[in-house]
Amino acid sequence: MLKPAPQNDPEDPSPPNLRVVAAGRRVSASDRGDQAFRWLSLACSLLVPLVMLAIGLQLLQSSWPALRQFGWRFFFSQEWNPVLQEFGAASSIYGTLVSTLIAMCIAVPLSLAIALFLVELAPPKVSRTVGSLIELLAAVPSIIFGMWGLFVFAPFMANHIQPLMGRTLGFLPLFQGPPLGIGMLTAGIILAFMVLPFISAIARDVFQLVPPVVKESAFGLGATTWEVTYKVTIPYGLVGIIGAVFLGLGRALGETMAVTFVIGNAHRISASLFAPGNSIASTLANEFSEATEPLYIGSLVALGLVLYLITYLVQVVSQMLLRRMYRSWSVGL
Amino acid sequence: MKLRPPTGRRLANLAVSIWAGASALTGIAILFWILYVVIIRGIGALNLSFFTHLPTPPGMGGGGLANAIAGTLALTAGATVIAVPLGLLAGVYLAEFSEESKAGDYSRFSANVLMGMPSIIVGIFAYTLVVVPLGHFSGYAGALALAILMLPVITRTTEDMLRLVPNTLRESALALGAPRWKVTLAIVFRAAKGGLITGILLAVARVSGETAPLLFTALNSPYWFHSLGEPTPNLTVTIFNYAMSPYPDWQQKAWGASLLITLGVLLTTVLTRFLLREKKV
Repeated sequence: MLKPAPQNDPEDPSPPNLRVVAAGRRVSASDRGDQAFRWLSLACSLLVPLVMLAIGLQLLQSSWPALRQFGWRFFFSQEWNPVLQEFGAASSIYGTLVSTLIAMCIAVPLSLAIALFLVELAPPKVSRTVGSLIELLAAVPSIIFGMWGLFVFAPFMANHIQPLMGRTLGFLPLFQGPPLGIGMLTAGIILAFMVLPFISAIARDVFQLVPPVVKESAFGLGATTWEVTYKVTIPYGLVGIIGAVFLGLGRALGETMAVTFVIGNAHRISASLFAPGNSIASTLANEFSEATEPLYIGSLVALGLVLYLITYLVQVVSQMLLRRMYRSWSVGL
Repeated sequence: MKLRPPTGRRLANLAVSIWAGASALTGIAILFWILYVVIIRGIGALNLSFFTHLPTPPGMGGGGLANAIAGTLALTAGATVIAVPLGLLAGVYLAEFSEESKAGDYSRFSANVLMGMPSIIVGIFAYTLVVVPLGHFSGYAGALALAILMLPVITRTTEDMLRLVPNTLRESALALGAPRWKVTLAIVFRAAKGGLITGILLAVARVSGETAPLLFTALNSPYWFHSLGEPTPNLTVTIFNYAMSPYPDWQQKAWGASLLITLGVLLTTVLTRFLLREKKV
């Protein structure tokens, strides 16, 4: 960036990189203009963290009545009864965590394999086209995933995948029960497709950033592509890959519309992944605009607060890891 | 030369290669499956009255979603008007003035975090900020929620694009005696124009397909709206309501609206990606 020579002008209060503008001038009208411009842009850029903070405070304030009423019980109770004004977040939190867990179990191996394909295996032209198409998957709006999930993918699961899983893995309680199509498993799978482009995009960067010398020396020793990936690339870029996984995790936790369409929206915790459930985001999407009693709204906002805190934490970890990786790599080997 | 017999190592390599290829194929297959379904089911719903008429009650047939199309455009435009100037200026600070500043670090970090914030949370924020004090749902709340989602995207792309402008350009303008604000707005912005427009279009495309932040801010309505001060009809919430209804003609309309949204968002994305690539080369 600009680094003009510092001038020792005790009269001039402007920061060093602006002083060059005023050099040799008596009238400082444009200097004042510059000051104003700088402050204005600073104010706009501070708006971003401010909004971030304001969201958290506002959620805390609006959910306070409900949190005070229910206390710790709110987080452990499965009861969700608007008529009796009894609210507990357990089933929503459980559904959020389980659907996200399913999504990550599928999305992480899939996206790492895609990144491997794009960087190491595909010829440049194929890699570019395939990469763009995968990126395009990230641009498909959430509600479109929901429409496809509800009307096409859920029946597909009910007719083909779930009966098959029931026959082969049915001895586990996880895969028992009627194949409804909609439910926790379908929601998790669709979530996996939605976060896959985010993880694979960063994993691709990570694989590409590994210095060729490091990889070539392993290839020179006779290692296969898989051995280079497994023993060199992945350990080398581990911080970045974990950052990418956390980024996808954050996305999956808060994904709303697609999940709302297919998760089934039942306030209960079931052992079977075939059974309908709910998540924090789907509960909010379904019930918020219909809630009228203050305690009901407060409880819903409290759910939102829980989601805010979880995703905030996950995002911060992800950003710290990714920043550490890019910083250490820009310095070089 | 004789091929060596396959060893365990080479078989493992082969298996991983196939797995990688299959994964890439899966990703693409999902994309095309979704596009195929949306086009096949949506195309039948699109006709002239879809674009010119108000919705009809279920079972009556005919009618359209003209109000929702206009509403989505109005909400997106409202969000753009709020977010673009703020985002551009925030990006200017990060790219031009934030050298070694703590404020710049915080802002950049928060922008990245805010980009990953679930959009439904932003919807609740707009609800508590606008809907609760006003006492009724309103398009302004929806536009605000969308603007908050756009802000970090525009901020970060603006910063990236301005950083691509070579420093010699700034220095030569400063050497001619131009003040810093003029250098930024007249010289650096002009040099980065293509990239900035691309960033804004990408942000617009992203928020125009958003549903969750509108559910309890703009809500929805089957009528024309006169200003953003009232519940505002929009395509995405209409899709949600119609898809969840038991009426076949409403579900058909939902597919039509899905096709419209998908085409709009994907075409904008593809077009801007293409422009951006041209720019970089």
